[in-house]
Amino acid sequence: LVLISILGLHCEYFTRTHVNYEIKGDVAVIRMNDPSVNTLSVQMQREMTEVMDEVWGNSAVQSVVLISSKPGSFIAGADLNMIQACTTAEEVTLLSQEGQKMFEKIEKSPKPIVAAINGSCLGGGLEFAIACQYRIATKSKKTVLGCPEVMLGLLPGAGGTQRLPKMLGLPSAFDMVLTGRSIRPDKAKKMGLVHQLVDTLGPGLKSPEERTIEYLEEVAVEAARGLAKKQIPLTKEKGLMQKIQDHVMSYPFVRQQIYNTVQKKVMKQTKGLYPAPLKIIECVKAGLEQGPTAGYLAESQNFGKLAMTPESKALIGLYHGQVTCKKNRFGTPEKEVKALAVLGAGLMGAGIAQVSVDKGIHTILKDTTLEGLSRGEQQVYKGLNDKTKKKSITTFERDSFLSNLTGQLDYNGFNKADMVIEAVFEDLSIKHKVLKEVEAVIPPHCIFATNTSALPIKDIAAVSKRPEKVIGMHYFSPVDKMQLLEIITTDKTSKDTTASAVAVGLKQGKVIIVVGDGPGFYTTRCLAPMLAEAVRVLQEGVDPKKLDSLTTGFGFPVGAATLADEVGIDVAAHVAEDLGKAFGSRFGGGNIEFLKSMVDKGFKGRKSGKGCYIYQPGLKRRDVNTEALEILESYKLTPNAAISSDSDIQYRLVSRFVNEAVLCLQEGILANPVEGDIGAVFGLGFPPCLGGPFRFVDSFGADKLVEKMRKFEEVFGNQFTPCQLLLDHAKDPSKKFHK
Amino acid sequence: KSKKTLAKPGVKNIVLVDGVRTPFLQSGTIYADLMPHDLARAALQGLLNRTGLPKDAVDYIVYGTVIQEVKTSNVAREAALGAGFSDKTPAHTVTMACISSNQAMTTAVGLIAAGQCDAVVAGGVEFMSDVPIRHSRRMRKTMLSLNKAKTLGARLSLLGSIRLAHLAPELPAVAEFSTAETMGHSADRLAAAFGVSRLEQDEFALRSHTLAKKAQDSGLLSDVISFKVPGKDIVSKDNGIRPSTMEQMAKLKPAFIKPHGTVTAANSSFLTDGASAVLIMSEEKALAMGYKPKAYLRDFVYVSQDPKDQLLLGPTYATPKVLEKSGLTLNDIDVFEFHEAFAGQIMANLKAMESDWFAQTYMGRKTKVGAPPMEKFNSWGGSLSLGHPFAATGCRLVTTVAHRLQKEGGQYGLVAACAAGGQGHAMVIEAYPQ
Repeated sequence: LVLISILGLHCEYFTRTHVNYEIKGDVAVIRMNDPSVNTLSVQMQREMTEVMDEVWGNSAVQSVVLISSKPGSFIAGADLNMIQACTTAEEVTLLSQEGQKMFEKIEKSPKPIVAAINGSCLGGGLEFAIACQYRIATKSKKTVLGCPEVMLGLLPGAGGTQRLPKMLGLPSAFDMVLTGRSIRPDKAKKMGLVHQLVDTLGPGLKSPEERTIEYLEEVAVEAARGLAKKQIPLTKEKGLMQKIQDHVMSYPFVRQQIYNTVQKKVMKQTKGLYPAPLKIIECVKAGLEQGPTAGYLAESQNFGKLAMTPESKALIGLYHGQVTCKKNRFGTPEKEVKALAVLGAGLMGAGIAQVSVDKGIHTILKDTTLEGLSRGEQQVYKGLNDKTKKKSITTFERDSFLSNLTGQLDYNGFNKADMVIEAVFEDLSIKHKVLKEVEAVIPPHCIFATNTSALPIKDIAAVSKRPEKVIGMHYFSPVDKMQLLEIITTDKTSKDTTASAVAVGLKQGKVIIVVGDGPGFYTTRCLAPMLAEAVRVLQEGVDPKKLDSLTTGFGFPVGAATLADEVGIDVAAHVAEDLGKAFGSRFGGGNIEFLKSMVDKGFKGRKSGKGCYIYQPGLKRRDVNTEALEILESYKLTPNAAISSDSDIQYRLVSRFVNEAVLCLQEGILANPVEGDIGAVFGLGFPPCLGGPFRFVDSFGADKLVEKMRKFEEVFGNQFTPCQLLLDHAKDPSKKFHK
Repeated sequence: KSKKTLAKPGVKNIVLVDGVRTPFLQSGTIYADLMPHDLARAALQGLLNRTGLPKDAVDYIVYGTVIQEVKTSNVAREAALGAGFSDKTPAHTVTMACISSNQAMTTAVGLIAAGQCDAVVAGGVEFMSDVPIRHSRRMRKTMLSLNKAKTLGARLSLLGSIRLAHLAPELPAVAEFSTAETMGHSADRLAAAFGVSRLEQDEFALRSHTLAKKAQDSGLLSDVISFKVPGKDIVSKDNGIRPSTMEQMAKLKPAFIKPHGTVTAANSSFLTDGASAVLIMSEEKALAMGYKPKAYLRDFVYVSQDPKDQLLLGPTYATPKVLEKSGLTLNDIDVFEFHEAFAGQIMANLKAMESDWFAQTYMGRKTKVGAPPMEKFNSWGGSLSLGHPFAATGCRLVTTVAHRLQKEGGQYGLVAACAAGGQGHAMVIEAYPQ
């Protein structure tokens, strides 16, 4: 109701700023041009409704083209702020119904409407497009179609759950709506989501972007005329496969089977922690089994409900956080990094090289041995070649990216490097040796970045002649897949050095948090106490598989035991020892000797084939490493029944993580809670449905968390003592990390 | 004229003595059963007949070709031997897509300018009636391993590894290796980028055919020699010239971009068989041998640009560059001969040359070079109508400029062409004083 009055207020006496139209003969060309980004905002919807009414009322108009004047986007989606501004589910349901009504009118338009799509056509944008009678899309790399709502804990609330199954068939529609995946133009054409494709144009008499939109419009206008004259049929002749599929789907029994299968799959993947996919299935089912009225009602009501869930708020928070962490808050660096040198061609070094060469950065990859270098170069080649198999780049692009890579064993060419990133073995004396060698050959402006997961940067910089140029860049493995980059600055690191490191990271496509120096920085420091607790849980006799299911059941994408294997038991032992020394008994828990015994036996995790599990190449199934269990036997602890229920174990693991994160904010290692949440989710796999440790404290309640920790503290002591900032929040419920 | 002549003190004058070509025939017609070197040989013999050149007076032979017949990869040598040139005359083959024979001619110019040769024959041949169709890579690998297999068992196991899919042949395509885009597709996008309409393209194609027909009928295409094809009749005319009507052309569906493209079979150059040859000499040598040269070959340039979006814009880039090099302006040029790959490509180039914005944004120039006036442009037809045997077209363009300068009484002519790979070429030709 509030919304309607707002609508009323704005309705009259405004000239249109978001939508305008032009009559080209018998075709009305409607152009959307929001001053910022095209979203289905209140303003856009109001102006669109006005324009549509004028177009429908104009007898000279036989058909309509709907196009965006923005080069990179058709409609990027609904206006998130509009949804976030609502305080009740009913308000959001009303928004959804407004959208449904508008698109129903579009769908039933007596004059055919062609959606001419260039750039992102997502969420509400896609729902708008599929309500139109015909769709033409450009083949631009920026053109993507999809329903990403599920990734924000929502569902397509303007008819998407109702129209897509009818248009694409159940399997494709479920895949699109439940995964939120973006669909490229050629695939969209194949699956019947768009009718026609238009090539992008190169240089002409105008800029390629501008002319491509113009061309799209010309083609769309012709198509609109063809539709109006019935020269172009509205329904495509169905192929044999499609006919068979439709026939099979006409049996309620078959549909029921599909709902069940999809439901099971969703439950397996989400552990029931994400409500949106389940609601989506419900809406699709309601529409197909009980008819459109029930379907649309279910869609709008569920949309309202979902918008109020903490999961949706957490996911939307992450989305905003990610946008923030894709900006350089340190400004533009004085000198752009064009020549990069990476030391060490191991997994990390080669990974860093890979994400640099394909962004056009000339990269030297240096190793000390030919074997190491060869392995590293092969890794880069394979990483890029795999992309050609997925057709995201061409073999020619692969070759030209690889031409940016120079593999070598000496320091030749370092005198022209703008930045050196070292990724050598995690040992202070080796890092010192490398730093001195490098500083002897690099030019004065060159930045020295160190890729370490735990060694304090100031200790590494101690031997530097120019500590203002030294910075930490903590990448996550595998570098080409993990989105996070943790940048660590010391007191001496200059602002320009930081700006430069962030600029390089952004170019490499990373989501970036910038944190203060200290043992373990932010991410490793949060992970270490949780892993220490995981080891203790194992020592208490919990099976690795059980430990994994407890952690994934809480929402972590990777279980704690698997995570230890992935990180490497040796690395975990190393870090636990280092951080144990730095932070004392607070980082205790599991016995480090257990980890060391594992390493002695060669059980270093996945890379060595054995860790908590046994890894066999080509085998997906993993068995628990019984030899590891034997070692555990000699470190056995007796669990305290009062704090050993499944839920207790989950909170023992999570509360140590969260408390350490809050302590990092308290100590100023973290600049703000947003970066804390982003770092935890994107770097360590903290449950996305909780939105990160800080949002978790906000939604769970600091007081409740403190209460739980106190219970564990009684048994384990200071490892569970809540930090001051957490106590402050517990005392005053109005205190929140996120407004 | 900005300059009385392009002769430079201390620089050798290099002349085109004469040029000939076989009739250009649509592939799969009368030449169908020949091999590329047969056509090349016909052009070389024709040149010898036309010029009366003693065979041992030729220092060197350079020939261009694009789609190579693997058996005659140095087609220049095979053709020269068969044409009765001395076996003491070396010959090599060059390739640069549609400007291959331009490359052959400028190689000749280089050899003469450097003082290494005095008389060079250059030319080009393309034979699209037969193209190398290969086995798949997997099949080739199996067949090569089969050669090495020692035992019957090893051979049988290799044969057993052959799958039906391995038998699918690999066909060559007129497509860019770097982008995998066919040339027609790129031309259609180029036309769209410059807003060239279907109507404009059809009109230009019709113009090309009409002018070619007129030139053919009035005997202006004197570079064409007669060729007795073994087992067939004597051929003495190009067979692709077919002036149609706008209505008929409008009926054709787009050939590459469907359904809304504008490039059709009627406004594109067609697959052609043919060969050409020219005799290039230092002026002194030509005069000493008693020849009356037809033209001076003056400044030339090669350019290259983005093979995706500017694949066929070579003339736009090459024209201002060669004019600047020779110190001429567009107004000084009396005769233009541009290679017509597609009507849309020619129209796009003309629009690009006419655009200040394009010159400033993409070519780093202050102003446009300007489009050639149509009355001086390809007035005896072009590749669209005469045909386009890829590697033979360059010599046809240069010879045509020389003949048109003689016929029309002009002084300077300009040749420009685009080529696959996003490359281009232009050359300034000066009439030999009559």
